[in-house]
Amino acid sequence: MVVEVKNLSKSFGNHIVLDNISLKISEGENFVIFGRSGTGKSVLLKCIVRLLLPDSGEIFIDGQNILNLSEKELNKIRKYIGFVFQSSALYDSMTVKENLEFPLIRNFEFTAEERENKIRSVLEKVDLAGAINKMPAELSGGMKKRIGLARSIITEPKLILYDEPTTGLDPITTKEISHLIVELQKDLNVTAIVVTHDLVCAHIVANHAIVLKDGKIRYEGALGKLTSTDDEFLNDFFDNEYFEDKNGRK
Amino acid sequence: MFESKRYYQLEEKLNEFFIMLGGISAFSIAFFKNVFLPPYEFGEVKKHMDELGVKTLPIVSVTGFIIGLVLAMQSQPVMARFGAESFLPSMVALSVVRELGPVITALIFAGRVSSGIGAELGSMRVTEQIDAMEVSAINPFKFLVVTRVLACVFILPMLTVYVDFIAILGGYAAVALILNMNFQLYVNSLLPSLLFSDVLPGIAKTFFFGFIVGIVGSYKGYMADNGTVGVGKASTSSVVISSLMILVMDMVLVKITLIFWSL
Repeated sequence: MVVEVKNLSKSFGNHIVLDNISLKISEGENFVIFGRSGTGKSVLLKCIVRLLLPDSGEIFIDGQNILNLSEKELNKIRKYIGFVFQSSALYDSMTVKENLEFPLIRNFEFTAEERENKIRSVLEKVDLAGAINKMPAELSGGMKKRIGLARSIITEPKLILYDEPTTGLDPITTKEISHLIVELQKDLNVTAIVVTHDLVCAHIVANHAIVLKDGKIRYEGALGKLTSTDDEFLNDFFDNEYFEDKNGRK
Repeated sequence: MFESKRYYQLEEKLNEFFIMLGGISAFSIAFFKNVFLPPYEFGEVKKHMDELGVKTLPIVSVTGFIIGLVLAMQSQPVMARFGAESFLPSMVALSVVRELGPVITALIFAGRVSSGIGAELGSMRVTEQIDAMEVSAINPFKFLVVTRVLACVFILPMLTVYVDFIAILGGYAAVALILNMNFQLYVNSLLPSLLFSDVLPGIAKTFFFGFIVGIVGSYKGYMADNGTVGVGKASTSSVVISSLMILVMDMVLVKITLIFWSL
């Protein structure tokens, strides 16, 4: 799926969160969005799937302006979009199996056997086949993230949006999740938009990155070029984590 | 200075109140728009009816029995004063079936269920579970709200009929103790006085009460924000608002009932 955002603005009261943002994400690209907390990264992600309505601007997914679509038309597109939430957002009254089965039962016409096979296949992919009958409350943070990921890929989406997929995880799990994102992109050829603060994750995942500041795009381009910029904000932003790397303390 | 601050606080409260009324009205319209559209989540409705009904059963049983018992005990000396003790069973039955049974059951149901729905949907909202449903092309309003409201609408009349019976039994316990009346005489005394026009309006209004409990709890939970504080507020205000709305609705429905069955 190709995503194009044109002149998008969004405010909450007097606080301007996104100010005339434009960007284009090509098919099969892993697109990373950086920015300080509260700069509107998650708001941008939620606008792209119309969980939030922007104040102005246009959002095109595969050439269709989703802001002009009816709920029914929008849902046809959403069926092929996966969203991995920061909090995992697993349905806590359902088991892992029911969580994974939920979109399949309601949006697709698979037989019970086909559903079972799909569930087993995605659970193996995220290395959690043994958790099939567990409740979300019985899972650790990392396991929840993986199940959230499994739920978002079970419908074989063409676009996956990741909202801080590695926040709060230990460095090893962070790397595992990041490699999983890359694997999925290769296996399913999906377009991925990843909101993160995590440079380790970004280094593994990103083909292309933007940095948001004060509601605007401060930088857009390859991740590698962020290290050789003269921009004071960007140097500050990446200093703590990235320049440690440069100083050989990685 | 102080006066103007109070004025603005009052204005703010009034604004919040009217916004909430508008929100509940819009939520009710959305309910009627969605309820007749497929897919029909009968399984979910049944599941919620089981949960809501079974969980409320113990508390309404105890309350119903005590209401009937106390009503008979309190009324007996007064009725004896007017030489009308023999009408005590009828008085208990009519009071319970026409007013006390439906309203008390609805208020307890509001306390137990509306807060539960508010807290459950509120926590789903703040943990992004409702967003997750929406982005998966599933209508969360239909799956979460319509099913719960329907469950409330269907289960509350059933609970009310049950509470009416239990309260009448409670009344019998008091009458048996005070007047030494046997059960057959008690039943024979109250049955002729109970008319269709007493029973039907009492049961019919609980459909409205059930709707209020379901829609207010769902609205408060669905619109919750501000993390766990918001969930707590949603839960508490669900009970307060649904209880108040039940009492106001009762007043309106009693007036309408009296127009049609002014017996």
